[in-house]
Amino acid sequence: MRLLRRIPIHVLLTIGAITMVLPFIWMVSTSLKTPQETFIPPDFFHLRPTWIPEKVIFSNYVEAWNEVPFPRYFLNTVFIAICTVSGVLITSCLAAYAFARFDFPGREPLFVFFLSMMIVPQAVYLVPSFIILSKLGWVDTYLALIVPWLAQIFSIFLLRQQFRTIPNDYYDAALIDGCSRMGFLWRILVPLSKPTLVTIGLFSLLGSWNTFIWPLIMTNSDKLRPIQVGLSYFAQEQGTEYGLMMAAATFCVAPIVIIYFIAQKQVIESYARSGIKG
Amino acid sequence: MTEHAIPIEIRRRRKRYKELLRALLYISPAAIIILVFRVLPIIAAFGVSFYYVIMGKIVGFAGLSQYLMLLSDSEFWNALRNTSYFVVGTVPVSLFVSLFIAVLLNQKIKALSIYRTIYFLPVVTSLVAVAIVWKWIFHPRLGLFNSFLESIGFNHLMWLEEPRGVFAMLAARMGIELPTWMAGPSLALVAIIITNLWRGIGYNIVIFLAGLQNIPNEYYEAARIDGANRFQTFWKITWPLISPTTFYVVIMTTIVSFQVFTLVYLMTGTPVGGPLGTTKVLVYYIFEKGFESGGDMGYASCVALVLFVIVLGLTLIQRRLIERRVHYY
Repeated sequence: MRLLRRIPIHVLLTIGAITMVLPFIWMVSTSLKTPQETFIPPDFFHLRPTWIPEKVIFSNYVEAWNEVPFPRYFLNTVFIAICTVSGVLITSCLAAYAFARFDFPGREPLFVFFLSMMIVPQAVYLVPSFIILSKLGWVDTYLALIVPWLAQIFSIFLLRQQFRTIPNDYYDAALIDGCSRMGFLWRILVPLSKPTLVTIGLFSLLGSWNTFIWPLIMTNSDKLRPIQVGLSYFAQEQGTEYGLMMAAATFCVAPIVIIYFIAQKQVIESYARSGIKG
Repeated sequence: MTEHAIPIEIRRRRKRYKELLRALLYISPAAIIILVFRVLPIIAAFGVSFYYVIMGKIVGFAGLSQYLMLLSDSEFWNALRNTSYFVVGTVPVSLFVSLFIAVLLNQKIKALSIYRTIYFLPVVTSLVAVAIVWKWIFHPRLGLFNSFLESIGFNHLMWLEEPRGVFAMLAARMGIELPTWMAGPSLALVAIIITNLWRGIGYNIVIFLAGLQNIPNEYYEAARIDGANRFQTFWKITWPLISPTTFYVVIMTTIVSFQVFTLVYLMTGTPVGGPLGTTKVLVYYIFEKGFESGGDMGYASCVALVLFVIVLGLTLIQRRLIERRVHYY
């Protein structure tokens, strides 16, 4: 009886889930088709050749990978991601520690001021950032893609909330036992805050993997292009080579999707936590 | 003089001074970056908007004249209207669908984590890939969407190449001709809205699920004992108790939707914002003015600040309106 009542719910949820997945399947399926096959209008409810190609080929992947320097784009993104993630973790720990534990005049106003910066849309600081970066001579360098992202207000906020949950007694006891303030941060707070640090690291990683408009504006040269900008230029140059386009989209999405499936619990919990207002 | 001889007042003051210095030292790596790359650009955006700035070079003082130019800039108003259509088309649908799915998922579903994982997948996918794939899905002749519509008995549509407004198209089928101002968003813009909904719904589902799981089970048990049906339970218990989350979802979806750029930039074109400018949105207009056509950065900053004021204003209004009706427990 209970099971029977559940059926409509599952039907609805399954229809939704299929809607979520079909575009991915369509992407992969197209990427395996010959150019001739991509020009056959699809028939939605026919498995072949709409969903399963008549002739499966893998050459689209090879061709797309070699046509523009995708390996270079990947390395760029990996390099930028490593720098950004580690930078954000360090600056956030230090700042959150000071905001959570130290008692100094102007602490709350300064923190609220930083938080208020979060509501400013990115479009507002795009133009002046470009001017500032060109005054620094950083336009079209890795610096422009990394340094401005080495601190994130939201990460400081999350981490400060977390640090505050750790009782003051720990702090007092550690200092009495001769632990330095810096030592307390790295040896006690950080190990106790692993889930929050994972959250910050994941956001930062996803952010630098998927970032588009910033590198689009701040770089010109092919050599510096991160993956998303490279992919967008590649797609725009393809015209009607849908197989190549979808192959490129597939291998650009794959690393993050794999990470997501491995760490889906952490990723989803991180997002869920970020939505709860402090 | 030894340590002991210093009066306690001064020692205390010294200690506080040291504490402040130490705090600043810890904060400085983050603070310097935030000041140089967030605070300074925001101040500069105001400054730049009062000058004629071409490709990063100040060529003259403009005062308010660029803001006045905005008033008679039909392209700006077009972008503002398109962006508003985008927001109005996105927020209610996203809210309704994600809350509906979250409520279904909250019925102690066995496969909860599998469903959740699937619904959330598009959120972590890059917008660039999403745009490329959905542009292909909306292809008028070879696209999946038209194939689906045709096999369930609908006409095939031009989607991203269709500049006509959707209300006008609907009315035309019934033989009514609507005036231009009632034409509604173009079908091309609707295609982008659909893509955006698909991509963002998983995030809202996860946020709603977290909110739903915070509602104590006793309320539902009490309702069941009192013989309340599903709808009564939803409207009397779930809806009021979930309202802080709803409030957050509405504000966040609105703010994020106002800043749509990547989908328009990659799904439309050439020129971007087509067909006939019906998908040109504010952030793309800022990008076009500031970086593409001649680099009129002063003017681009004006438009950006209008966007800022809109986002800020909406946040404040929504806060006022909704907070009165929000139940905190």
